[in-house]
Amino acid sequence: MTAVATPKFEAANERKKSRRGFLLALPAYVYLSLFFALPLLSVVVYSFAKRTSTGGVALEDWNIDSYTKLGEPIVRDILLRSFTLAIITTVICLVLAYPFSYFLATRKASTRNIMLVFVMIPFWSNFLVRNYAWRVLLGNDGPVSRVTEGVGLGETTILFTPTAIVLGLVYGFLPFMILPLYAAVERMDWSLIEASRDLGATGMQTFRKVTFPLSLPGVIAGSILVFIPSLGAYVTPQILGGGKKTMLGSYIVTQFLTARNWPVGAAVSTVLMVVMLGATMLYFRKGGRTL
Amino acid sequence: MAGNAKQLKGNTRWALGLNATLVYVFFYAPIALLILFSFSDDPLVGRWGGFTLDWYRAFGENEEVQSALGVSIRVAIMSTVVSVVLGTMAALALERYRFRGNKFFDALLYLPVIIPDVTMAVMMLLFFTIARNAASTIFGVDVSKGVWSVTVSHIAFSISFVSIVVRARIAGMSEKLEEAAQDLYASRWQAFRYVTLPLILPGIIGGGLLALTLSLDDVVITQFVAGPGSTTLPVYVFGLIRRGVSPLINAVSVVMLAASVLLVLLSLVAQRARGGDVT
Amino acid sequence: MGDEMQDQAGGPMTAAVDIQSVTKRFGDVVAVDNVDLEIADGEFFAMLGPSGCGKTTTLRMIAGLEFPTEGSLKIFGEEVGTLPPNLRPVNTVFQNYALFPHMNVLDNVSFGLRMQGKDKRESAHAAQEMLELVQLGGMAKRKPDQLSGGQQQRVALARALVNKPKVLLLDEPLGALDLKLRQDMQNELKSLQRELGVSFVFVTHDQEEALTMSDRIAVMHDGKLLQVGTAEELYDQPVNRFVADFIGQTNLIDATVFDADMIVLANGTKIRAPNPYPAGDKVAMSLRPESISIGHVDEVPDEFRSTSLTGTVSDVIYLGHSHVYTVNVDWMPLEVRTNATPTSIKHEPGSEVAIWWDRRSDWVVPDEGHGA
Repeated sequence: MTAVATPKFEAANERKKSRRGFLLALPAYVYLSLFFALPLLSVVVYSFAKRTSTGGVALEDWNIDSYTKLGEPIVRDILLRSFTLAIITTVICLVLAYPFSYFLATRKASTRNIMLVFVMIPFWSNFLVRNYAWRVLLGNDGPVSRVTEGVGLGETTILFTPTAIVLGLVYGFLPFMILPLYAAVERMDWSLIEASRDLGATGMQTFRKVTFPLSLPGVIAGSILVFIPSLGAYVTPQILGGGKKTMLGSYIVTQFLTARNWPVGAAVSTVLMVVMLGATMLYFRKGGRTL
Repeated sequence: MAGNAKQLKGNTRWALGLNATLVYVFFYAPIALLILFSFSDDPLVGRWGGFTLDWYRAFGENEEVQSALGVSIRVAIMSTVVSVVLGTMAALALERYRFRGNKFFDALLYLPVIIPDVTMAVMMLLFFTIARNAASTIFGVDVSKGVWSVTVSHIAFSISFVSIVVRARIAGMSEKLEEAAQDLYASRWQAFRYVTLPLILPGIIGGGLLALTLSLDDVVITQFVAGPGSTTLPVYVFGLIRRGVSPLINAVSVVMLAASVLLVLLSLVAQRARGGDVT
Repeated sequence: MGDEMQDQAGGPMTAAVDIQSVTKRFGDVVAVDNVDLEIADGEFFAMLGPSGCGKTTTLRMIAGLEFPTEGSLKIFGEEVGTLPPNLRPVNTVFQNYALFPHMNVLDNVSFGLRMQGKDKRESAHAAQEMLELVQLGGMAKRKPDQLSGGQQQRVALARALVNKPKVLLLDEPLGALDLKLRQDMQNELKSLQRELGVSFVFVTHDQEEALTMSDRIAVMHDGKLLQVGTAEELYDQPVNRFVADFIGQTNLIDATVFDADMIVLANGTKIRAPNPYPAGDKVAMSLRPESISIGHVDEVPDEFRSTSLTGTVSDVIYLGHSHVYTVNVDWMPLEVRTNATPTSIKHEPGSEVAIWWDRRSDWVVPDEGHGA
C-alpha cells in the first residue's frame, strides 16, 4: 500500500485519528450523559413542574412557583444562613491556611513532601467519620467539655449550634484551601520578593504589594473549593448542627424525603448548581487547575 | 539568590511555625482521640475507662454492620473496576486526541467533581424514580433501587476522579515516547501496550484506589439511591450517629477511617511511582 | 542542484531520500512549502535553519510521524508518503532522546528488534553488540535516568542503529549537551557514520555544527528550502541575503547592478563585482569580515582600487588572534576582521582608513529574503 500523499489522504488520516479519540471517549461519554447529564437535566425540568395535592409531581402547567417560593421568609432565612456560614467557613479557612501554606512553601523539599502528605490524608479520608469525631469531642460529657469545666469555664455547649457547624466545615474543608494556596505560593518567583526588599519595601509592604497579589489565584481557587461544598453541606449540619438550624443541603433533602415537595427541592438544587457553575467558571477564568 | 527570600526571620518564622503546628493538631487530635476512645472500656463515649477490644469484637459480631460492610465492598469493587476502565479511556482520549465535542466532554467530565453531594444525590434519586416509573409503565417491569443503583451512581462520580488522576499522569509523559516506539517498529497497539500503559499504570492504580476510597466513604448520594438491603456501611453508621453516639460507632468509625487512610496513602504512593517494568 | 547523482558504474543511483514538491500544512500554517530534496546514500546531510523554519517537520515526514499534505516522498525509490512510521526503514534519534524511562538500557536498545518479531536472545545479543560499539557495554542494566546526558545520547543512537536503518534521522541530537561534550560527540557521530556508511540526516539550528559535520547542508527558512550545498558553497556563494547572513558573519551592502562586472553602492561608489543580474536590479553585496583588508587611505594597492572604500574606525575589539574593527563608510558600519600579528598596526578609533578586498571575495545576491 504505497501511495503518494495527497490532501485527501491527510484529511482522511486526521479524521481517522479524531474518530479513534471519539471512540475512546465514547463509553464514558455515554455513561455520563445517561447517568449524570440526564439526571441533572431532570432536576432542572422538575424545578418548573407542578406539585400535585398528593405530593406527587405533575409534568404540566409549567411554572416558576418553586422559584418564587425561595423569596419566602423561611426559605430566605435558610439561604441567608447557608451563605453566611459558608462565607465564615471560607474566611476562617483562608486565615488558617494562608500562613500555613506560606510556611509549607518555605520548607525544604523533603520536609515539604512529608508535610503535604499529612494534609492530603484528611483531604481524601472519610468525611463522615471526621465529623463524627467532633461530635464525640463536643458532646455533653465529652473531653472538650471536661477540659473547659476543669478550668472553670463551665460546660461547653456549642454542639448543635452554628458554631459547631462552622467548626465541622472548617475541619472538613481546610485542606481544600491549603492545597491550591500552597501550589500558588510555591510557584511564586521568590526573587521578586528579594527584589521588593532590595528596593526598600518593608516586610509588610512586600507582602501587601508583591506576595499577596502573586498568590491571589490560589486564594480564589481555595475559596471557591471551600465555599461550594460548605454551601451545599448536608452531613456536617446533620451531625454537628443536629439538623435543627437548617442549611440548604438539609432543606433540599427535607423537600425530597419528608415534605415531598420535589419541585421546590429541585429549584433549590438548581440555584445551588448555578452558584457552583458560576464559581467554577470564575475559578477556571482565574487560571485555576483541578487538584 | 532567590533562596534568601525563602529564609523566614525571627518572629515571622516562629508565628508561622506555631500556626502550622496548631493546624496539624487541629487535623489529627480529634482523630487521635476517636481512636483512643474506641479502645475505652466505658459505655459512655468520650471517657476513658481502661483498655478493651470489646467494641471491635462487637463490630465483628454485629450482623447488620457486617452485611452493610459486605454491600460497601461489593459496590466499591464493581464501581472501581468500571470507572477505572471508562476513566482511563476518557483520559487517553482527552490528552492524546482532538475530536468533535471534546471541549463539551471535558466539561461534562469535571462536573461530577465539583457538584455538591446533595445536588448529585437528588439528581440520582429523581432519575431512578423516573426510570422506575418509565420501566413499569412501558415494559411492565419493576426496577427497584438496590445495589445496582448505588453502583451506577458511584461510577458516575468515580469516572471523573479516575480520569483526572490518569490525565495528570499522561500529561506528564512526553508524546515523543509513543512516537519513538512507533519509529522502532511498534504498531499503535504495541506502543500502547509496552510504552504508554506501563508508564501511566501508577496513575491508573492511584485513580483506582481513589475511586475505591470515594465509593467506600460516600454517604449522601448512597443514602438517596440505596434501596432495601443495599445499605452501605457509611449509610448505616450515619443512621446510627443521627440517633446518638456509641462506643460501637467509635470502633466502626476507626475501622472505616483506617481503611480510607490506608487506601489514600497507597494511592499517593502509586501516583508518585516511576512506572512498572515491562517483561 | 539538479545534477543527477551517479554511482560508480556511471548509471543513475537511487537516492536514499527523495522528496519531490512536498508541502505540509497545519491548518492555515504552511510548515513546509513545496520542498524538493535528494539525499544520497551514505551522505551526512544537515537541515539547518532557525526554529520554526520547517526542518523538523521535514524530518518527521521522512520518519512517518507526520504525513505530507501533498508531494512525493521516496526512500530508496519506494514511495512511503502514506506509510506509518513502523513500516518505514528509517529510525530516529529524538531531541532529548525519548528513551523509555521504565526500561533498562538493554531493553531500550533491543525494543526495535523485539517489535519486529526477533527472538528475545538474539535481540539482546545484537543490542549488547551495538552498546559495545557506542562504548556502553557495561551500562546494559542501568535505567536511562542513571546515565549522563552524553551516555543517554549514545543509547539513543544505539537504539536506532541496532535496527540497521537505511537512513538515520537525528533531531537536534546534540542540543542538550554542553559545549565540550558536543564537540566530542560531533567527531564521534561523524566517524560512526563513516564506519556504517548509512545516510545520516540531521536537523540543527547551529550553523557551526552543520558546517563542521555535514557533507551537504540544506538551509530552510519559513518553510522554504533556500539552498542545498556543501559548506563551502553556502559560505562563498549564498543564493540570497538570508543564507549569506545566516551562514557565518557577513556585511550586506545594498547596491544596484551597473553591468555584468560592476555594481553601484548607495553613495554612488562603483565597485567591481561580477554578477549575473540585469542592469538596474537592486542587489546586495555580501562581504565577509575576514576577507577585507584595512590600511591607511594612501595604502590601497593598485589592483584593489576598484574594490575599495574609505571610512572612519568607530570601534575596535581585540580578540587575541584578531582585531575586529567597525568601520563607518559614509552610510553604514562594516565589520572588518584582521589577523593580529606582532607587526600588524592597530588602527585606533577615529582614524581615517581605507578598506579593500579581492574582487573574487565579494558576492552579489538578489535583494530578496530580507530579515533573519
